[in-house]
Amino acid sequence: MFDWRWDFTIEILPRLIVATGNTLLAAGLGYAIAVVLGLVFALAQRTPSRALTFVVREAIEFIRSTPLVLQIFFVFYVGPQFGLRLSPWTAGMIAIGLHYASYLSEVYRGGLDSVPKGQWEAATSLNLSTARTYFRVVIPQALPPSLAGMGNYLVGIFKDTPMLSVIGVAELMHTATAIGSETYRFLEPYTLVGLIFLAISLPTAAGIRVFERWVRRKLGLS
Amino acid sequence: MSYFEFLGQYGDRILSGTLVTMLLTVLATLLAVAVALAAGLMRMSRNGFVSGVATVYIEIFRGTSLLVQLYWIFFVLPLFGITLEKFTAGFVAVGMNLGAYGAELVRGAILSVPKGQWEAALALNMSPARRMRRVILPQALLIMLPSWGNLLIELLKGTALVALIAVADLMFQVKQINGTTFLSAQTFGTALIIYYVIARFMITPFMRWLERFMQRMVGRA
Repeated sequence: MFDWRWDFTIEILPRLIVATGNTLLAAGLGYAIAVVLGLVFALAQRTPSRALTFVVREAIEFIRSTPLVLQIFFVFYVGPQFGLRLSPWTAGMIAIGLHYASYLSEVYRGGLDSVPKGQWEAATSLNLSTARTYFRVVIPQALPPSLAGMGNYLVGIFKDTPMLSVIGVAELMHTATAIGSETYRFLEPYTLVGLIFLAISLPTAAGIRVFERWVRRKLGLS
Repeated sequence: MSYFEFLGQYGDRILSGTLVTMLLTVLATLLAVAVALAAGLMRMSRNGFVSGVATVYIEIFRGTSLLVQLYWIFFVLPLFGITLEKFTAGFVAVGMNLGAYGAELVRGAILSVPKGQWEAALALNMSPARRMRRVILPQALLIMLPSWGNLLIELLKGTALVALIAVADLMFQVKQINGTTFLSAQTFGTALIIYYVIARFMITPFMRWLERFMQRMVGRA
């Protein structure tokens, strides 16, 4: 029956804390990839080439409607079949980065679409190049409306990192499972993992809301 | 081995996995809708205890990972004397997880029903239950249906995780086939396409149909 052992809890806590570092690292790296790649996806849908727009659009739809855990397996196992061996970390970061890039590109798309057309016309009349218009005029204005969505997906990517355990990335879930199979005790490791997730994701979500309000105030939007 | 030979040999296992995935999706959806409605309404209760219970449920399930919840329900819950069979544990975890996200949709939709509707129902002397059931909820349903479409696709994707507790769904079958054949591109690629087809050509059109159907029911078509 139910017997929580505190000595065991104290004993495994250091290992779980180290693993939490790996989880945060995975979430951070994956998010960094997603933020940049997502922007590429979003901008690729705004080129004059309709073929490119179509291909990127469909690819995003495909990535968004299939399970991340399956994509992780796909990236990790398909490489070796063609002689390309990826480490669990590399494969995991590619899979999770791509997955969230397709989500973030939708967030950016909404933000970019919300920039009034007059801004483009003004930039054209000032003879700014397209790149300069994007980076100095459009993207800074597209950012504030995108912040809420970006924040949600930061928490989202953090909560999806346990899926990396399936290919052996030594993050929290993987470590908890390892402890469980060494000691035959699952109560403490899995409960602690849940608590660690709560302890990180709830304050982060609250912090993101505060940050978003702060940015909007700074820019005089509300 | 050509792809058609591959399909000929493993097609029925992939098909049986697909059916299990669909069944899981349907059961988890029913659970998620029921839980979301209950938790969403409870969250809005003026009774502090009732809304507190709903808030705790929503925050716990939204604040942790589905995989953590699944493992907890499957491996830890038995220690409390509640043993769920793996299939049940699978759809319960997925349903409870997505139900927490759904509860927020329900709450948001109910709050965005125009105030005049509440006042009109009050002026007609409707009881609170009747007001909710006959006036507010049907309109809230219309508001939240598009978001539920996205949520159901998340739910479908979530069911892939039950393969990790050995429920024989699509994900599990292709993992097994991959383990013996090492044809990763074929196995995982086929599964990716099947999930995509279910999401794009079954769930999305169904939700579109449901939206139109509900619009007609509420008399807005």
